[in-house]
Amino acid sequence: MDFSTLELSRFQFATTSIFHFFFVPFTVGFAVFIALLQTLAFVRKSDDLERLTRFFGHLFFINFVVGVVTGIVQEFQFGMNWQVFSNFVGNIFGVPLALEVLMAFFLESTFLGLWWFGKDRLPSWLNLSFIWLVAIGTAISAFWIIIANAWMQHPVGYEILNGQAVLTSFWAVMTNPKGWQWFSHIFAGGLTVAAFFVMAVSGYHLRRKHEIPLFKTGLHLALVLATLGSLGVVASGHIQGQSAVRDQPMKYAAFSALWDTPEGGSMPESLIALPSNTQNRNLFSLEVPYLGSFLAFDNLYQKAQGMNELQAEMVKTYGPGNYIPPVWPVYWAFRIMVGLGGIMLLTVLWGLWLWRKGQLETAKGYLIFLLIMPLVPHLANFSGFVTTEIGRQPWVVQGLLLTKDAVSPLPVAYVIASLVAFWIIYLLLIGLDVFLLTRTARAGMHPPDTELASVPAPDYTLGSDPVKLKGS
Amino acid sequence: MDYAALWFWIVTACFAIYFFLEGFDFGVDLLRPFLARNERERKALINTIGPFWDGNEVWVILAAGAIFATFPLWYGALLTGLYPLFTLILLALIGRGVAFEFRAQVDHRHWRVFWDVTSFIGSFIPAFAWGLIMAALVQGLPIGQAGVYQGTLTSYITPFTLFGGLTTTLLFMLHGATFLLLRLDTQSALHARARSAALFWGAFATVAVLGFVYLGYVREELFRSFGLSNWVLPALAALTLAGIWLSLRLKRDGLSFAMSSLTIVFSVVTVFLGLFPKVLPSTLGAAYDLTIRNAASQPYTLYLMTIVGGIFLPLIIGYQAWNYYVFRHRIAVDEPKINQEIISHGTD
Repeated sequence: MDFSTLELSRFQFATTSIFHFFFVPFTVGFAVFIALLQTLAFVRKSDDLERLTRFFGHLFFINFVVGVVTGIVQEFQFGMNWQVFSNFVGNIFGVPLALEVLMAFFLESTFLGLWWFGKDRLPSWLNLSFIWLVAIGTAISAFWIIIANAWMQHPVGYEILNGQAVLTSFWAVMTNPKGWQWFSHIFAGGLTVAAFFVMAVSGYHLRRKHEIPLFKTGLHLALVLATLGSLGVVASGHIQGQSAVRDQPMKYAAFSALWDTPEGGSMPESLIALPSNTQNRNLFSLEVPYLGSFLAFDNLYQKAQGMNELQAEMVKTYGPGNYIPPVWPVYWAFRIMVGLGGIMLLTVLWGLWLWRKGQLETAKGYLIFLLIMPLVPHLANFSGFVTTEIGRQPWVVQGLLLTKDAVSPLPVAYVIASLVAFWIIYLLLIGLDVFLLTRTARAGMHPPDTELASVPAPDYTLGSDPVKLKGS
Repeated sequence: MDYAALWFWIVTACFAIYFFLEGFDFGVDLLRPFLARNERERKALINTIGPFWDGNEVWVILAAGAIFATFPLWYGALLTGLYPLFTLILLALIGRGVAFEFRAQVDHRHWRVFWDVTSFIGSFIPAFAWGLIMAALVQGLPIGQAGVYQGTLTSYITPFTLFGGLTTTLLFMLHGATFLLLRLDTQSALHARARSAALFWGAFATVAVLGFVYLGYVREELFRSFGLSNWVLPALAALTLAGIWLSLRLKRDGLSFAMSSLTIVFSVVTVFLGLFPKVLPSTLGAAYDLTIRNAASQPYTLYLMTIVGGIFLPLIIGYQAWNYYVFRHRIAVDEPKINQEIISHGTD
């Protein structure tokens, strides 16, 4: 296959965004968890809980730093690989991006340092407020980038002037319902990523009988968050699906593999299908009658348009072209996402049931099962990303700009070289991240007495505790 | 109000603040192999910038974000035109960012050496590349219709741009050294070495600056259009550069740092002043020049950005300054005396 600048740039964008997206929801949710934990420590005036906060803080940094450095790439690549896109949308898209920096990046980077290094230098209530500022900062950051993305998928508050999209109402951009739906979905997703990670770490130490009361608190708090998170994910996901029928019918039809507008009195939902983009139909499909209407419209009789009809309409509106996204990845990523969501919900219910019976901390099978759970929400996030980003193709800005027209006029060699370099660095980073996370998580906490023997010279690298020098 | 001009100067300010702040943390990284003789000294050098580097770095992300929102054509043309250079910068910043945090996570010599090398390269590449980019802005890029770059990989590699890269690298090393004078325990050998380094690298930096100014005048249009009043800024940059040398001799640490900071700020403003009202001159003809007029966003976007910037910029500067105030104490380099006493008692 011949690779063009367009295909390579798309692959590069997918690579850098998905890689970044492994770390961001985790960071967003983890910050909330740590802020809650430290609040608990503050209210109970518990040094032990303070110690637990620092332990999880240490893990937070390892993850945070990878999220930050990959975020810089995210910010620059719009201009580097998508010059036409940048020129076209800068008036609008640039604003939430700049707001993200102004309102969130500075806040996170400054107060994270103050929180970690300033622990013994400033009063504890002030220290507590710092971690909340960090948590708020990460959420604001997610909010603005999602608002920017939502505008691309559902443009509002603009007009076209001299070939540029020009802002007419920032209020409309900011209150884009798509943005709020996605934000709540991704925020809830972030909570579950972090919660299942904390549950796995806590479970690991409980099984080894390390600091039982502390890790019990960690497990309980995380289970509460996982419950809220997974319920939130399901609810916001459902709302999103219903709004996609209205705002992005082609995407909705793609993740339902709905080629032809249903003819009968209702719309079925396909459970398993083999969609074919070349034949514009499903080679095989197992369908449940009425379910499609019910999921999309809360009734049994309403119908969505199929892709073939939508394609014909779009050709009429936008001229000749293929407006159907690659259905196979969208359809299956959507089903994997939903399936993984179900696994998370069941895991939560299982945990709640054990908790009620008073066996949560001792149920060996459950604690071992928890060890694989941190992967599940990550994979669900990944699948969600694929669903929503491939689902909107071939548009980069829905109805306004096609992806193929948005790319920078770059020599192929440049993109290949940068793509290879990013892949090497990213694979290294993933390896290091997993290595350091498991290593630090397994090492557990230092006993309280070494904390008192704090070393006179503070260590100003995030996540490294002076306490680590024990035995010196 | 002329919002496009205002945003040109805000972008200038972002770069000036970025080079002033990240300049010294790049400098400290670049000086580390020359200054530190053992692990404790390396650690002390890292600790001087530990609570700050992350916040410093955000200024360049703001500069890029601000250009995207207020001059989208500039953003696309610059980043696409200098694609290989920005790829290198991004890779370097990734390596450098994780180096700081990962270095301390595993207690092994090879591990630390690996990350020390990474953060040295990770600081050298952007320090050099940003100077090169500033010079390339002055020199202009071969951009044609719709801001599309028409040159080759090496179009912007000229003696002038290479001198630009050299200048920022050496200036940042000098700036890093004066920062260390403020941050290190004055009794330590490392502090004395930092002063020698400032004098040593300062001499090279001065030569580089003079070379850059000479080439900028002879080969490029920088300074050509400057009237008498516009010469004030480059003159101030020159004066403060001389002031560094004087204050180093007088052993006035605060003054040295203030002088090197001002040198950087005045130099950046001089470059942008030479550019104004262009944002990216084209070497293919004045018709293709990107200016604050034809590259700017529409008034409503600029107005909105002004409001938000007006609220958040002072706030950011406020809490970053407070961050510096909280961690203002000097970093101890040598083992505290009390520990040595304990050790000597133990061996009795």
